[in-house]
Amino acid sequence: MKRRNFLKACLIGGTTIALGKTNKGWASGSFEGYPEAMGVLVDTTRCIGCRSCEAACNKEQKLPEPDTSFDDPSVFEHDRRPTSKAYTVVNRYQKEQPSGPVYRKVQCNHCNEPACLTSCFVNAYTKTKEGAVIYNSKVCVGCRNCMIACPFNVPGYDYDSATNPIVKKCILCYDTRLKYGKPPACVEICPQEALTFGHRADLIKLAHERIRATPDRYVDHVYGEKEVGGTSWLYLAPVGFDKLGFDTTLSNDPIISNVKDFLGMVPMVLSIWPALFSGIHLLAKHEEQGGHGHDTDSNQEDTKP
Amino acid sequence: MSSYKHLIVAALSIGAISVSSPAALQCAPVPDSITLNQNGKLFSPFTFNHAKHIQSIKECADCHHHTTGTLVLDPNCARCHQNSSPTAVVSCKGCHSATPFSPETLAAKRADKQRYHLDKMGLKGAMHQNCIGCHNKMGNGPTGCQDCHPRTTEGAAFYSTNRKGAKPAHAEEE
Ligand code: HEC
Ligand code: HEC
Ligand code: HEC
Ligand code: HEC
Ligand code: HEC
Repeated sequence: MKRRNFLKACLIGGTTIALGKTNKGWASGSFEGYPEAMGVLVDTTRCIGCRSCEAACNKEQKLPEPDTSFDDPSVFEHDRRPTSKAYTVVNRYQKEQPSGPVYRKVQCNHCNEPACLTSCFVNAYTKTKEGAVIYNSKVCVGCRNCMIACPFNVPGYDYDSATNPIVKKCILCYDTRLKYGKPPACVEICPQEALTFGHRADLIKLAHERIRATPDRYVDHVYGEKEVGGTSWLYLAPVGFDKLGFDTTLSNDPIISNVKDFLGMVPMVLSIWPALFSGIHLLAKHEEQGGHGHDTDSNQEDTKP
Repeated sequence: MSSYKHLIVAALSIGAISVSSPAALQCAPVPDSITLNQNGKLFSPFTFNHAKHIQSIKECADCHHHTTGTLVLDPNCARCHQNSSPTAVVSCKGCHSATPFSPETLAAKRADKQRYHLDKMGLKGAMHQNCIGCHNKMGNGPTGCQDCHPRTTEGAAFYSTNRKGAKPAHAEEE
């Protein structure tokens, strides 16, 4: 995508968001997530970096074959982000520490109040009662507002399908599993049970109970319990979350309430500006890295016509 | 916490349980070798040498908790199970569910308000954490994914092993 087109898309997105907003009727700050919402608790102290979750996701979602096999540990040499071809990736941290490396699975966190959803002017996104943030790729126009809005930098852009450019991400296996009450494929395969599936409310209790029972094992925080208004995916960690690549600067308020505080359309457009600038910044960074293949995204950027 | 009280009462009424001599067990006979991962799809079944492990580890409780009647070692569990008596069920699969996240298991857990252990792992998780955990800690025993159970053809496809080395960059392995 050319930078100019991108700018244009963002501007259109910005203004249209403002128009679409009122229809969605979010009650400001009152939404605690659906009571029966499911979730996944990731215990990074259990993960051994086998990447079985990546393989399971690839097969379940019928994604293209990976560049290199799922038992190739060399991928850990670089931090990866989820892409349109890999909805989840595992990264390695703390490699030099005597306590050994810590692995962190990354995927869509399925926010209680998803910024992607509120930023989407064609209403492609839905938060289901089971907790999944799903999307309708048929209506997606590829504006990439959601990619900019996402506090976790998750949605991936599919550059390959030129006719129908769409954003893709983890849907908690909604269509094939969650809808029927079954755990996502990544959870089911995990040999270490680093991933625990259950009702989000129960998982929060389990997480705090694990910390209470074995305080030496964990830092006293459940990431995702409060961040950006709460997420369906929750994390436990043996060291500070900032050391594992988590954004620990996020506020506990959902991203949308920043937007909702403004009343009219003009401030709404203004509120999209910071996001717009960060988008440009990201693009610029990609250009700097061009050709070195530091992350899959920039590879894709390079290979497109 | 009434079930906890029951447990304590039960433990007290039995009095001193045989804590040191596993030979005194009257329950299931102790097998020498056991075939694990019998229903494996991605990985093959394999033989677990129970006798050799007992010989080199000595502590039944390293794997069986207090269920075989030996003194529990994990300080976290000893908080409550210092005096717990052996259980009728000893095999891991008797307690750790093969389908820990099925709608049925989750519903049963939610309904069982009395239960203390709401965070009991599934069978696959319990096995790998127990086995790989100790092998890592002792720096002895297999830890690689194919060291205990070789992959099946289905497993090879699952892990896309034909893509090995497809990307020349960072080709070096451990
Ligand atoms: C290294 C771990 C380990 C140690 C140590 C160990 N066991 Fe086991 N044991 C197992 C596993 C694994 C099984 C198979 C469980 C299953 O099939 O679910 C088993 C099975 C058994 C069974 C058969 C249970 C049944 O109902 O099929 C008995 C009895 C038993 N062990 C007793 C003992 C005793 C007594 C000791 C100590 C002298 C001991 N074990 C030490 C891992 C261990
Ligand atoms: C705070 C007290 C407490 C702690 C700590 C505790 N337990 Fe328990 N345990 C109980 C109670 C109460 C029961 C009775 C069943 C129930 O409520 O889950 C029980 C039952 C059991 C049983 C009997 C089998 C069953 O599921 O009915 C096993 C085995 C067991 N615990 C293992 C452990 C292990 C392993 C640990 C350490 C990781 C541990 N317990 C830590 C309180 C505790
Ligand atoms: C009588 C029931 C019972 C049997 C038999 C049993 N477990 Fe457990 N196991 C439990 C309970 C209950 C817990 C406690 C869960 C918790 O942490 O609250 C537990 C916890 C564990 C844990 C986590 C320990 C920790 O420190 O968090 C592992 C690993 C485990 N079991 C492995 C095994 C293996 C391997 C076997 C067979 C050799 C086995 N268990 C047999 C009931 C049982
Ligand atoms: C408390 C520590 C401990 C636990 C728990 C443990 N192991 Fe081991 N294991 C060892 C040690 C030490 C060795 C290497 C020494 C030896 O060969 O006896 C070993 C060796 C092995 C070997 C290779 C040698 C052989 O026996 O064929 C296999 C396979 C194995 N373990 C499987 C398992 C499985 C499966 C489990 C879980 C059910 C398990 N182990 C649990 C300590 C443990
Ligand atoms: C110490 C031995 C041991 C090692 C090492 C080990 N496993 Fe296993 N694995 C087992 C046992 C025992 C079972 C059977 C568990 C059960 O009955 O649910 C099993 C079962 C499985 C299963 C489910 C059954 C199947 O074949 O589809 C998967 C998936 C699996 N292992 C993946 C892995 C991965 C990935 C690794 C590498 C991180 C690994 N295992 C390393 C012992 C081991």
